[in-house]
Amino acid sequence: MIEVDIEGSAGNLPIRATFRSDSGVTALFGHSGAGKSTITKMIAGLLRPERGRIAINGETLFDTGKGMDQPVRMRRIGHVFQEARLFPHLTVKSNLAFARWAGRTIDRTRFDQVVELLGIESLLSRRPGTLSGGERQRVAIGRALLSSPRALVMDEPLASLDQGRKAEILPFLDRLCHEAKIPILYVSHALEEVARLADTLVVISRGETVACGPTAEIMTRLDLGAATGRHEAGSVLVGRVSAMDSHWSLSTIDVEGHEIEVPATGIEPGTEVRLRVRARDVSLALADVPGLSIRNRLPVTIEAITSETGPYAEILCRIGEQPLRVRLTRASVSDLGLAPGGQALALIKTIAIDRREIIGSGSA
Amino acid sequence: MITLTPAEWQALTLTLKVAATALAVALPVAVFAGYALARWRFPGHGLLNGVIHMPLVLPPVVTGYVLLILFGRTGPVGSILESTFGMTFAFRWTGAALAAGIMAFPLMVRPVRLAIEAVDPKLEEAAATLGLRRGIVLAIVTLPLALPGILAAGILGFAKAMGEFGATITFVSNIPGETRTLALAVYTAAQTPDGEVAAFRLTIISAAVAFGALIASEAVARRLSRRIRGT
Repeated sequence: MIEVDIEGSAGNLPIRATFRSDSGVTALFGHSGAGKSTITKMIAGLLRPERGRIAINGETLFDTGKGMDQPVRMRRIGHVFQEARLFPHLTVKSNLAFARWAGRTIDRTRFDQVVELLGIESLLSRRPGTLSGGERQRVAIGRALLSSPRALVMDEPLASLDQGRKAEILPFLDRLCHEAKIPILYVSHALEEVARLADTLVVISRGETVACGPTAEIMTRLDLGAATGRHEAGSVLVGRVSAMDSHWSLSTIDVEGHEIEVPATGIEPGTEVRLRVRARDVSLALADVPGLSIRNRLPVTIEAITSETGPYAEILCRIGEQPLRVRLTRASVSDLGLAPGGQALALIKTIAIDRREIIGSGSA
Repeated sequence: MITLTPAEWQALTLTLKVAATALAVALPVAVFAGYALARWRFPGHGLLNGVIHMPLVLPPVVTGYVLLILFGRTGPVGSILESTFGMTFAFRWTGAALAAGIMAFPLMVRPVRLAIEAVDPKLEEAAATLGLRRGIVLAIVTLPLALPGILAAGILGFAKAMGEFGATITFVSNIPGETRTLALAVYTAAQTPDGEVAAFRLTIISAAVAFGALIASEAVARRLSRRIRGT
């Protein structure tokens, strides 16, 4: 559990962060320069807030009321920095060995587990200067894990990597997030990473926490358009793989009793999955349309409509209990006479769902 | 190959002994001072910096004279050291080492300070987040990364200590076998009628030693910097 309630400043930017999360992975999400890194540095003890309280798993690390301020090394928050920060003069193995020593990780099998989890066995004898960006980040994560931290902070670990390297490291992050038994704070300005990894989402804008809650719920909050970014805005649906059609290379996912066809993922039927649907990839129809190529047609209830300036309108729908965010033109909303409480069909193109954004939760 | 006379051997071994002793004591202190100047902000930062650099700007004879007053047998520091530890500096080779160390000190602090300032504090931060103590971070991150600079400081200090003249002759005089280092021996030979050959031979010896040390340090520095680049 992570509890944060702090005020301070970073240069000209005032910081006011208040959030708590009980679950595994908490994402700090916001634009570049919104103050995310500053907040994590305050949590790690690298920067000092002016006032407030920080506690992890019930243990207070910082509290101006009680005059408490644990030094960085006592806080034991594993930190994965954007630029990896490996010790350049030491081999990968020595980098890990010093972390293990600092964390008093005596158990040899733990070392082997971490090395195996991150796939860095073959890198052990090399020096950081010879590693690729993705390899460096994996070693940095391993180093943080071996220091036996009480929480793990990952500050945009993928931001400096190109698309290929990101794809290489994301599966390791999936595994880590599912297997780690400590709270993870994941900082990112990329909605796709956040939707994929986080259970709790904290939205940061201009140094302040503007929203905090379960990822699926926060992602569909219409009032956070400016903070979450419009282009990538969307929702996360939770379902179960029900069938796999190898002839057409399609997987079927059952969401609240409705079927959604997606590009084949290779995930076993019966597995629970999360898939992200971008708001701009969803259309609404008042009745079923014959002769249309769109394969996914889901009955939804309209819950709220927010008209913004310009051409756009944000619509929040429900598929059963689950929220679905839709982005249309204001003109369409008007033409179709859409209103809260109304029924509609949500049309989602199968190929609009990126197979890399369909994540198994591991529980078959 | 020239064969050294007993007097030349004496001057050479004495010089090496004086320079090595000066280096062994002054370099660790210089590393500490360089670290303090690079990483700590405290009242009197500028003053300390100034005091450290005094021997560099004072005439060496003045430094030697101050040492003589302080560390002479009847001086305030010298008399205490002699009565409590039985240590004497005046007119002894230890005094020559003290003078050489003090003269070399400011030359060593500067490269050490620059080398430590060049170590990315972000790496030290990362080490702290792992739970490592400050002293350990210093030992496994900061100092190893600053090692090329510390080595350069050592070479510079050793060269300065070997060639120290003004403060040495003022403080401990020019006693054969005790305080007559190569530099003082060259001076003595040059003052002696018909001493040109002797002075020339001593000059060759000095140059050979200095050149050898430079080559050796160059080789070590290359290996170190390869390690630190991490390739």
